Amino acid sequence: MKVTVNIVRRPDVADPQGATVARALHDLGHASVRSVRVDRAIHLEVDGDDPEAVRAEVVRMCEELLANPVLEDFEVVVEE
Amino acid sequence: MTRIGVVTFPGSNCEHDTVWALTLAGADAELVWHRDTDLTGLDGVVLPGGFAHGDYLRPGAIARFSPVMSEVARLASEGRPVLGICNGFQILCEAGLIPGAHIANRDLAFICRPVEVEVVDTDSILTRAAEPGRRLTIPLNSYEGAWVDPSRAGRVVLRYVDDPNGSQDRAAAVANEAGNVVGIMPHPERASEAVLGSDDGLVLLAGFVDSCGREVTV
Repeated sequence: MKVTVNIVRRPDVADPQGATVARALHDLGHASVRSVRVDRAIHLEVDGDDPEAVRAEVVRMCEELLANPVLEDFEVVVEE
Repeated sequence: MTRIGVVTFPGSNCEHDTVWALTLAGADAELVWHRDTDLTGLDGVVLPGGFAHGDYLRPGAIARFSPVMSEVARLASEGRPVLGICNGFQILCEAGLIPGAHIANRDLAFICRPVEVEVVDTDSILTRAAEPGRRLTIPLNSYEGAWVDPSRAGRVVLRYVDDPNGSQDRAAAVANEAGNVVGIMPHPERASEAVLGSDDGLVLLAGFVDSCGREVTV
């Protein structure tokens, strides 16, 4: 099954990369940009037929390795 | 003689300098491969600087699961001294041995220059040989060098005099509550001889070596 994990920086943590991208967009003339946050998507292919079981296992992967809970929240999207 | 292990991960690059500097500070220092799980006889452990596992995913995210780390955690729980330098500091945070985590420097530049730090808390295995208020010049060499700690559980023991990277509380080195596990972002081993431009790092390493030589540190 194909699974996408979206790793999203928590809103209370600074995002210097996002701020820099916003500045660069302004320099290119895109004055309409109010804010930018740069996050991460991780794509997995996981063996299994049961989407709920696969989701549960990927959630465990997020808790163990893929996301740092001090900095990041995560969202698991299983492609049906 | 006090025996200290310096862990080498794939991608570590400061381990030899760290062994050299610890030897100058009076220890019998040796390299430990990240897959070794026998730390018998070591009085303390250092996780050196570098790019363990290429900093892939997040700096230290994969290194924290190396086989040696369960033994490092056990030593830490027994009160033995554990020091993380730069990447080592990042690994200790990912392993949960020091509170907080690291993010990119505020100005998104890789910082590679000497910085001035001030001793703010001497109750740690790293700062015990220095006096409060003493200023030290030590090289900083990092991109994701800014420490953040939403829990506010970390104890800052060294503070940057001028904020180079957006680190919370201008923290340059942070201790766990007991003071036996410390992470420092700049490199004391690179300020261990006058020929390097500064030997200010020696007072920190000497404090660490002295801590390793004691029966009980906490």
